[in-house]
Amino acid sequence: MDNSHQAYGQLMAWKRDHLMTLFIWLAALMVAGAFLWLLGDLLVHGATHLSWSFLVDAPENAGRAGGIGSIIVSTLLILTVAMLAAVPLGLATAVLLTEFISATSRFGRLIGMSLDVLAGVPSIVFGLFGNVFFSVYLGLGFSILSGGLTLACMALPIFINTAEAGLRAVPDEWRAGAAALGLSRGAALLHILIPAAAPALTAALLLGVGRAMAETAALIFTSGYVDRMPSSLMDSGRALSVHIYDLSMNVAGGDANAYASALILIVLLMIINGIAQSLSEKLLQRRIITA
Amino acid sequence: MSRSRTDQPLISVLAISAVIAAAILLLILLFLLRESWPVLNKVGILRFFTDDGWYPLEARFGLAPMLWATLAVGIGAVLVATPLGLAATLFTRFYAPRWLALPFQRMVALLAGIPSVVFGLWGLTVLVPFIAAFEPPGASLLAGILILTIMILPTIALTADAALAAVPEHYLRGSAALGFSRATTILGVLLPAAKAGITGGILLAAARALGETMAVLMVAGNVVQTPTSLFDPIRTLTANIALEMAYATGDHRASLFVSGLMLMGLVLVLAMSASRLGGGRLHG
Repeated sequence: MDNSHQAYGQLMAWKRDHLMTLFIWLAALMVAGAFLWLLGDLLVHGATHLSWSFLVDAPENAGRAGGIGSIIVSTLLILTVAMLAAVPLGLATAVLLTEFISATSRFGRLIGMSLDVLAGVPSIVFGLFGNVFFSVYLGLGFSILSGGLTLACMALPIFINTAEAGLRAVPDEWRAGAAALGLSRGAALLHILIPAAAPALTAALLLGVGRAMAETAALIFTSGYVDRMPSSLMDSGRALSVHIYDLSMNVAGGDANAYASALILIVLLMIINGIAQSLSEKLLQRRIITA
Repeated sequence: MSRSRTDQPLISVLAISAVIAAAILLLILLFLLRESWPVLNKVGILRFFTDDGWYPLEARFGLAPMLWATLAVGIGAVLVATPLGLAATLFTRFYAPRWLALPFQRMVALLAGIPSVVFGLWGLTVLVPFIAAFEPPGASLLAGILILTIMILPTIALTADAALAAVPEHYLRGSAALGFSRATTILGVLLPAAKAGITGGILLAAARALGETMAVLMVAGNVVQTPTSLFDPIRTLTANIALEMAYATGDHRASLFVSGLMLMGLVLVLAMSASRLGGGRLHG
């Protein structure tokens, strides 16, 4: 009796083990399949329309023909505005949180918590806010400036978070050494800590750019749809992601150019995220060596 | 370390920057409230749930169908993505042959980096016609669920991976010493030990799904109705804002800000409980 029970139990365990293996492999196949399907479509539909003139020409016929020259310029301008606003603010906040106040102090916790919450705000809500605050309240209208500043608010949490981690990874001996040499905290920051954390800070910048570049919903009502070449930051400018949205939803026959633009967007994002990742991996290695 | 007087101006500048960074959240809440106030004051918050239908120009502000649609597409995506995401993590950790584990993990990370508008484009041009071949019109709750599944699956997989990595090594050795099989070790030891982190990741993914705009807008059909089947076209709260902000004025515009507030509340409750559980925590 006991023996047969045991044998039965072993059989069930064996069955369960195999069912589990089967399920995991099936799920992994489905995930890989979906990824390859998506990537394949992007490459096949996107690559056929890709050419140098596509990158530099102005869009024609609502984007069905021509290229994305003015779109790329607008995208770069929006990203530049976003980073010029987010980097100084974010770096100062990260430095304060790591070097001057304890993360567990009431002020430190308050800032940390509000940044965490900010990171979770849906992008369409950023769009609403950007529209009413930058475009209407501050009177910037539908402009590259409005869009860039909205994206700066969005990218701030991820930038601060990564910069903070980078500064914390600098060994404390370096701070003690700087203090022993009689350096002021400001001088130590400028000459030792920030240079030492430079790879992580660059990674933070790139992650922020990546987040901003992938964004669509926050831009529709802030930087707008106009696909002409912008002549100033107060002009409306259409970002690459908005261009993809508009071509696929509102322009019949725009799919081919939408795919080509999507391929460009993905390649740019892959490069940016790849560099950011290798920079933070390098930092981690160095931390292990010095520790 | 002591604070010298030379550092005082620097500290002031840093503190002001930090206050500005923290104040953005407050500013967002303040301006959302300010813009929604006219209509909240006039008709009250309750009417947004009890009015039948969304006809803001006729002062009928029922958001309920879109709220249901938002929840249906979000919960559906979480239900499909959770087993798949967990399986993807377990695959890289325990099941994949060595040569495949790293490429597979890289692939999941890459999937996490694809912008939502690209998912939307692919969903619109590939997935929707595919579904339409079986059950027209194709643009539907199902399409929304499937696209969101692919989008939030990496979030679940990556946070679960971090949670599993944090399980103490001796749990594994203890399980091996007891002669447990691989499945028993995973189901009986590892997953329970990493439960808090995994649940946090799932909540974070749910927040992402509910807050997503573009991908759902592009594939879900955008008909305002309470979904009764997987093949019904639906419109989510986020999509509604994106579609109508362009021309909305007066009370209509104010009611869009009300739905923005609602959305923010929904997402924030999820994000806060996620960070309480320890999954996807960013700061301190």
